[in-house]
Amino acid sequence: MATTGNPIRQATTGEIAGMALAAVAFLGLLLIAAKTEHGAYAFHAIVGMAAALGTVFLIANRCFKPDTGPAPQEIDGRPNYNMDPVKFGTIAALFWGIAGFTVGLIIALQLAFPVLNFDLPWINFGRLRPLHTSAVIFAFGGNVLIATSFYVVQRTSRARLAGNLSPWFVVLGYNLFIVIAGTGYLLGITQGKEYAEPEWYADLWLTIVWVTYLLVFMLTLAKRKEPHIYVANWFYLAFIVTIAVLHLGNNLALPVSIFSPKSYIVWSGVQDAMFQWWYGHNAVGFFLTAGFLAIMYYFVPKRANRPVYSYRLSIIHFWALIFIYIWAGPHHLHYTALPDWAQTLGMTFSIMLWMPSWGGMINGIMTLSGAWDKLRTDPVLRLMVVSLAFYGMSTFEGPLMSIKAVNSLSHYTDWTIGHVHSGALGWVAYISFGAIYCLVPWLWNRKELYSLKLVNWHFWVSTLGIVLYISAMWVSGILQGLMWRAYTSLGFLEYSFIETVAAMHPFYVIRALGGALFLAGALIMVFNVWMTIRSGEPESAQDHAPLQPRLVPAE
Amino acid sequence: MTSIENKAPRKSLWAKHKIFETNSIILVIGVLLVISVGGLVEIAPLFYLKNTIEKVQGMRPYTPLELAGRGIYVREGCYNCHSQMIRPLRDEIERYGHYSLAAESMYDKPFQWGSKRTGPDLARVGGKYSDEWQRAHLADPRALVPQSIMPGYPFLAKTDLSFNEIADELRANRGGGVPYTDEMIAQAATDLRAQATPEHPKAGELEGRYPKVQARDFDGDPARITEADALIAYLQVLGTLVDFKLYDNKANIR
Repeated sequence: MATTGNPIRQATTGEIAGMALAAVAFLGLLLIAAKTEHGAYAFHAIVGMAAALGTVFLIANRCFKPDTGPAPQEIDGRPNYNMDPVKFGTIAALFWGIAGFTVGLIIALQLAFPVLNFDLPWINFGRLRPLHTSAVIFAFGGNVLIATSFYVVQRTSRARLAGNLSPWFVVLGYNLFIVIAGTGYLLGITQGKEYAEPEWYADLWLTIVWVTYLLVFMLTLAKRKEPHIYVANWFYLAFIVTIAVLHLGNNLALPVSIFSPKSYIVWSGVQDAMFQWWYGHNAVGFFLTAGFLAIMYYFVPKRANRPVYSYRLSIIHFWALIFIYIWAGPHHLHYTALPDWAQTLGMTFSIMLWMPSWGGMINGIMTLSGAWDKLRTDPVLRLMVVSLAFYGMSTFEGPLMSIKAVNSLSHYTDWTIGHVHSGALGWVAYISFGAIYCLVPWLWNRKELYSLKLVNWHFWVSTLGIVLYISAMWVSGILQGLMWRAYTSLGFLEYSFIETVAAMHPFYVIRALGGALFLAGALIMVFNVWMTIRSGEPESAQDHAPLQPRLVPAE
Repeated sequence: MTSIENKAPRKSLWAKHKIFETNSIILVIGVLLVISVGGLVEIAPLFYLKNTIEKVQGMRPYTPLELAGRGIYVREGCYNCHSQMIRPLRDEIERYGHYSLAAESMYDKPFQWGSKRTGPDLARVGGKYSDEWQRAHLADPRALVPQSIMPGYPFLAKTDLSFNEIADELRANRGGGVPYTDEMIAQAATDLRAQATPEHPKAGELEGRYPKVQARDFDGDPARITEADALIAYLQVLGTLVDFKLYDNKANIR
């Protein structure tokens, strides 16, 4: 329709194809919404229809604006970077970060005070816990990864992001996936596999988005003006490709019918368990590690204004990390019905994994050689260096916990939760905060952040939160593990299960307090970012159009 | 940022790495090859090594009612706090019973071994408590166990079970290798009703299709089939199918 009306310019083939696909999707979803008997599924079909309609409108709208056509690759001999999708991803990451941390605080409080479940289906712990994990890993972490990867690949390739619509399709489509997945959990739609809870139709949608992501990334690399692919991009590429493989392997499911949100995984029992933790551990390895190491490899040297410490170390630890990580999954299944040979392999490789992990940490921290003094003056750099310290700590703790004797104590307890959070809060979130603090002034052409003092506050408040969190979980985890296996002098089990639950209460309160501090720190960051965008001093007097924070994340 | 030309002597391994750094397709292929090894070695043998899943007597697919109950268990995210995997450790065996066998979850899609015990393991909870206890405990856990931190699920007993698609659910399971017969699929809805309704005329046929089946009114409300019926039927079958008096673990050393 846009092509035949009275447009200012002719729609491109891609725009027409995009609108046609969205229109077809709209009709298909309409059929599903009309025929399904599952209310929640119909709701998702309607969300999809709204998204399809919005797509048609947004694309058609472009044709009425003369300046939104295919952008030139270069302006005055300099690459014409496409930073709008990066801005969207950055703001979306902040939004989902706050949402995910808040839900985390709520479920922490529910464990301390179970009355907060309110006997309701939609907000009980069992449904909110996947919402928390997905919101922080996939919504917050995912948006950080997509935004930074789109930024870094353009800058290090000195080329504009490939495609006109596709980068937008990736960021918006990914956030649509988040909305579908998250609302699904609350409404009781889940396939019940940890960190892979979204049902078959959300998984299919994510597959389409992810393949587009890979193509955009690869085609941008293909356009690069630099002879070498920068090391950060190796890590981004390994992250994108491997997550695709893991996602497909762990989500091969047969839907009950196209009108049902439910599916059954093709694997069963022990094989399904192995697939799950092959996926689950490498979601840690490739989503939460490789992707964020890519961030480290760009943002730490940039902020410190020093070259990466060792080029050779980066080669060794890259290949060693991605080779060894894949084997580590069975350490989640020690002493289970998984065959012993697989457990032993998993443990062996998990211990070996310590080395490449520390290779990455050393490469990041030593990048500060000659610039250590900046730690005193630059709280953003301090955030990133502390994140590397946490990375080193949790990648030492991980191999330790993968030893079967240790695991027999730690498994099924809060020690695991503490371990995960020292990695997730200390490493993933801190390197993300550091990257966001760097990115926001760059993207919005500001000289500096609104307030470095507030960054300092953020750092100390949330560090205190992390310390409270992980030490509470260490104590509760080890305590509960020891109580479970305690015997009286007469050879009876000393504690009933419920006694070990009651013993956890004080630590659950401390943990919630830690979480609250971490959330408070993140809110300080949001305020700081908001003020930077709104009122920060422009970087230069050049003819930059004033950029307003008009992009808000999808709800 | 660093460049290798100046540092590395010619033809050294470091120089050869250039091919990955200058060609994104080769880099992707390299990554794919490197990440495939571990997965292939650890996963593929589980499908053909015969001793992966023990030979046992008594395992059968879930009845339609148990399967529906399992769906509720998954929907409410019970696996976030309850494992179904007893490890061969002295205290676990004394607390929960015989260690879990791979065979006991051979029809589980997805597996529900869990990763956290905020609550106790449920692999052998079947038969440990009465239906009445389960019912009251689901509705208000702290009424029975004051220190419990489990959420209450009073809505389950108030919600009618939706099972219009139960035959399709069995069929989807069969697509993934669960041995449901045509007869089981055809009778799925009838079997579901029969298991939850004590005087159902077809209740007698259940045992033939699903040995050891427990058929009764689980939720204490014979007039309705609720989500509590299904969930309790599922909880009561957990860990009861293999008779460990007859199980010979030596026979599985192959």
